[in-house]
Amino acid sequence: MNSGLLSLSYLIGSVSFIIGLKMLSHPDTARKGNLYAAIGMTLAILATIFLYTKDGVGLGNHLWIFGGLIIGSIVGTFAAKKVQMTAMPQMVSLFNGMGGACAAIISIVEFKHLIHTGADITSQPVMTATILLGLVIGTVSFTGSMIAFGKLNGNINDKTLPMQQVVNIGLLILILVMLVGMVTGFISGEPMTMMYVLLIISSLYGILFVMPIGGADMPVVISLLNSFTGVAAAFGGFLYDNSVMLTGGILVGSAGTVLTVLMCKAMNRSLTNVIVGSFGGNKTGAGAAGVTGNYKEISVTDTAVLMMYSKKVIIVPGYGLAVAQAQHTCHELEKVLDQNGVEVKYAIHPVAGRMPGHMNVLLAEADVSYDKLLDMDEINPEFAHTDVVLVLGANDVVNPAAKTDPASPIYGMPILDVESAAHVIVNKRSMKPGYAGIENGLFFQPKTSMLFGDAKDALTKLVAEIKSMA
Amino acid sequence: MEQILNLVTENFNFIFLLILMIILGFEVISRVPAVLHTPLMSGANAIHGVVIIGAIIVMGQAESDNYLALILGFLAVILGTLNVVGGFVVTDRMLEMFKKRKKN
Repeated sequence: MNSGLLSLSYLIGSVSFIIGLKMLSHPDTARKGNLYAAIGMTLAILATIFLYTKDGVGLGNHLWIFGGLIIGSIVGTFAAKKVQMTAMPQMVSLFNGMGGACAAIISIVEFKHLIHTGADITSQPVMTATILLGLVIGTVSFTGSMIAFGKLNGNINDKTLPMQQVVNIGLLILILVMLVGMVTGFISGEPMTMMYVLLIISSLYGILFVMPIGGADMPVVISLLNSFTGVAAAFGGFLYDNSVMLTGGILVGSAGTVLTVLMCKAMNRSLTNVIVGSFGGNKTGAGAAGVTGNYKEISVTDTAVLMMYSKKVIIVPGYGLAVAQAQHTCHELEKVLDQNGVEVKYAIHPVAGRMPGHMNVLLAEADVSYDKLLDMDEINPEFAHTDVVLVLGANDVVNPAAKTDPASPIYGMPILDVESAAHVIVNKRSMKPGYAGIENGLFFQPKTSMLFGDAKDALTKLVAEIKSMA
Repeated sequence: MEQILNLVTENFNFIFLLILMIILGFEVISRVPAVLHTPLMSGANAIHGVVIIGAIIVMGQAESDNYLALILGFLAVILGTLNVVGGFVVTDRMLEMFKKRKKN
């Protein structure tokens, strides 16, 4: 009876994950999909606590289990509710790391248990391999996610060691050799010690794998680590012969991989390029030929005048807007201009900000109306009859080198055609290059003016100026 | 060869599920607008928190004098819960904004 109920709960849980994920991929149903998956998860967790049995014995330590669940829920909810919308990406990375660490710990305990039963680990190769693979993948996902978190949070800078790629590949080979060696008995030694060595090497690999990857590529890496954790969860499922862990884990492993590839495509880059090439690394100067000259500055007052007497203004939001938390001020500018008869639209590049969809989420938070946000393909033809384009902290997505300079590292990436507008005003904090580390020829063009300063600061002044004029 | 075939027979259900789920994962995600990449990744992130079930099993099977298993299991349950709860709540917060946007 109980085991039947448990199986039924797992079946419902598994189906809820599949349906939830499917619904998450459509804007209209996404929120419900997330809720369904959450309900399925709760059911599977409760069913496990009360109905799971092994050799006729149920699970004990309910106090400990509920204690952990309650602590985790309170901290998790608090963290997730408190986090700024701009810090979402690192939050996802942090939670992903927790899942990876969880999988790794399970493997450690189960490995100890396996040794404890007195069996020679080589006599159970499938079991040993499952445990160790879960350990390695979970650990890599954990340390990698922590580095990704630190980088997005600004605590850790991009660092490339000399011969980084060689070191990384070396570590990977070492991990594989140890895995095969331990499973087949080819390497003999005290199993627990070897397990800890494997743990340390895997931790190191996770750190070194993410360390050199540029900040702009972080979403792709997080997505990849996300699918890693899925795979680690699946190994746990295989270990316990647990169908819901298997379904959830494999599903995320597979869907996460597809998502990673889709994200790469949106940036017109290949996955290998992201992992091996250092986009945000030390390629400064590449393709920068001819991108020098004078730029001109514009004052807030002049910007205000220019915008007030325009018919049509397009705002191009970028990471600078997110960092400055300027989305609300930006919406205010849009409203003021709108009241004065200026048509305002937003041009959203697919990879503007730090994550695909980042800008949509931010501007939606500030109550910007849906129909004012236009995709790249929709908005590009409109730039030609636009009076003023205001670029707010975006850089690489408006760099003409992507179209004109085959030597540029971003060559081939689709960009917003801001050049075809009559005036371009670029708000940036300084002339420093963007994440791709390359100069932007747009800034030196005669029709471009630079409005230096923090996005929120500049926008607040701009709004005040326009209000005083109206 | 026979060993491999035996392995396949022994784990047939698993292999069956593995292949179906991989195909399903590909199919489900294949055409997603870029706007939804972030929430979708976050939602998938919450789903792999299902690893918490493994942590619960470890915790529930730990003997009361096995402190290492108890402590590690407890830690694993907390970490797994963080992944699940944090993941779903963050995703919901992102998606809440999409809904608000539609009403306007």
